[in-house]
Amino acid sequence: MDDDPIPLSALQHAVYCLRQAALIHVERLWEENRFTAEGRVLHAAVDRQGQRYSRGVRRVSALPLSCRRLQLAGVADLVEYHKSEAGEIPYPVEYKRGKPKLHRADEAQLCGQALCLEEMTGLSIPEGALFYEQTRRRVVVRFDMELRTLTERVARELRETILSGVTPPAIYEKRKCDPCSLIELCRPRIAGRSAKAWRDREIDKLLSEAQGG
Amino acid sequence: MKKLLNTVYVTSEGAALSKDGENLVVQVEGEERARAPFHMIASVVAFGAVLLTPPLLQACAARGITVVLLDRNGRFQARVEGPTSGNVLLRRQQYRASERPEAIVRSLVAGKVANQRAVLQRALRDYGEETQISAKTAIEAAVARLGGILRSVQISTSDVNALRGAEGEAAQLYFGVFGHLIRSPDPAIVFRGRSRRPPLDPMNALLSFLYTLLTHDCRSAAETVGLDPAVGFLHRDRPGRPSLALDLMEEMRPALVDRLALSLVNRRQIRIQDFRMEDNGAVLLNDESRKTVLSAWQERKKTERRHPFLDETAPLGLAPFLQAQLLARHLRGDLDAYPPWFGK
Repeated sequence: MDDDPIPLSALQHAVYCLRQAALIHVERLWEENRFTAEGRVLHAAVDRQGQRYSRGVRRVSALPLSCRRLQLAGVADLVEYHKSEAGEIPYPVEYKRGKPKLHRADEAQLCGQALCLEEMTGLSIPEGALFYEQTRRRVVVRFDMELRTLTERVARELRETILSGVTPPAIYEKRKCDPCSLIELCRPRIAGRSAKAWRDREIDKLLSEAQGG
Repeated sequence: MKKLLNTVYVTSEGAALSKDGENLVVQVEGEERARAPFHMIASVVAFGAVLLTPPLLQACAARGITVVLLDRNGRFQARVEGPTSGNVLLRRQQYRASERPEAIVRSLVAGKVANQRAVLQRALRDYGEETQISAKTAIEAAVARLGGILRSVQISTSDVNALRGAEGEAAQLYFGVFGHLIRSPDPAIVFRGRSRRPPLDPMNALLSFLYTLLTHDCRSAAETVGLDPAVGFLHRDRPGRPSLALDLMEEMRPALVDRLALSLVNRRQIRIQDFRMEDNGAVLLNDESRKTVLSAWQERKKTERRHPFLDETAPLGLAPFLQAQLLARHLRGDLDAYPPWFGK
């Protein structure tokens, strides 16, 4: 049985597009562009493992996480431990390049971390935050039923995809595909076209041109 | 669009290549001759006695820059590469498809025959009037028969050996008239049928040298997309042979190499003085003229073309990469066939 956990960071790809996640995690294709390079540099800065206190809050960076139920594993950028009457409640904070997005990929990744932390600590975690480099602001994310359901569904779909080794077919959507860093590797515009029919048409064209002159 | 990165060709004997920060530095006799940032380089090709420092080799391996060592005559010696790109599933599908290669071979052969035919047609169109009647008739006959072969490759239910046979027949027809396309006034620039290892006339020397460069690009392209360059479809596997690279290059040879070789001699950029004859009858490009050919090759690769299937404009030099990518997408099930590269 194949029980390698799926990386938490793959969740955000899978929420955005399951094919994108498969291209990266099944086919191991990766196109570095300015955005991904900036993200990498940003993470290099926060990925140093350690614990410190600031304003009375314990903050642990680069904390390894896993969830057996969903077979997820990864590293949280930062987990703060907020004091409450029930004791310390973990509060995951994920660092993101750019600014808040319209889709829920970043939130689902963070929620995946919360699901890991809940399983590991037995505590229930109501919220966390995304920190966006460009706006230099924290956006509080509530782990409500809707986000939890989305995260769990995508985690299962991603797991099935990785186990099957089959990349889902591309569906071109301008809004989603044009800004995707993998568009040149994915080639969503040729999906669904018949290369065979195209080849035969081209040969017919070449041969009829000859008869014409 | 993916950027066409440069290949650094080093032809000076005794040149030393080293790493300086994020740059590749070429020195000759202690003097810096060239410097290029790593992020602009796809590969380094060194001819003959060239020194490469370990830090440079490590930097190239880490950045996916392939380093190829060739002897003075362009024959492959060694290659330095980083870790294999990890797509085992794609490779498995490639191996499986190579057991039943008909469909892919059909596309490869169709592309090659169509492109050979296009080279001849273009010569007729551009210089048909100035060509001797007998030569013109021979070229026209070859065009017609190549058309017939192309049609049979397209429609017949022939097996892979018949397709390989069609490819061989087309090559004979094509190279049978290829000498007629030489318009250099220099009577010593001749083509006496295809010969290699060693090339026995100047035109073959030029073709062989350029094919080596294209093979290298096709091999890198296969590796970049995660395919195994050694497992081919049209070319049978043979230990030590980059069969897939040879497959990929077949359809691009006419447009990328053959036409370039013709224009180099026809425009007299390469003359008979640019070759040296060996005692065994081998004809080779001399060191100086190789530089002319390499820079013409680099220029040719920058020419923008509409990619026939993707319907995007891309430099010719990216054709091997795009074709390797389309082959990978076919093997992964995204495309129902491998779309050939029809270079007009």
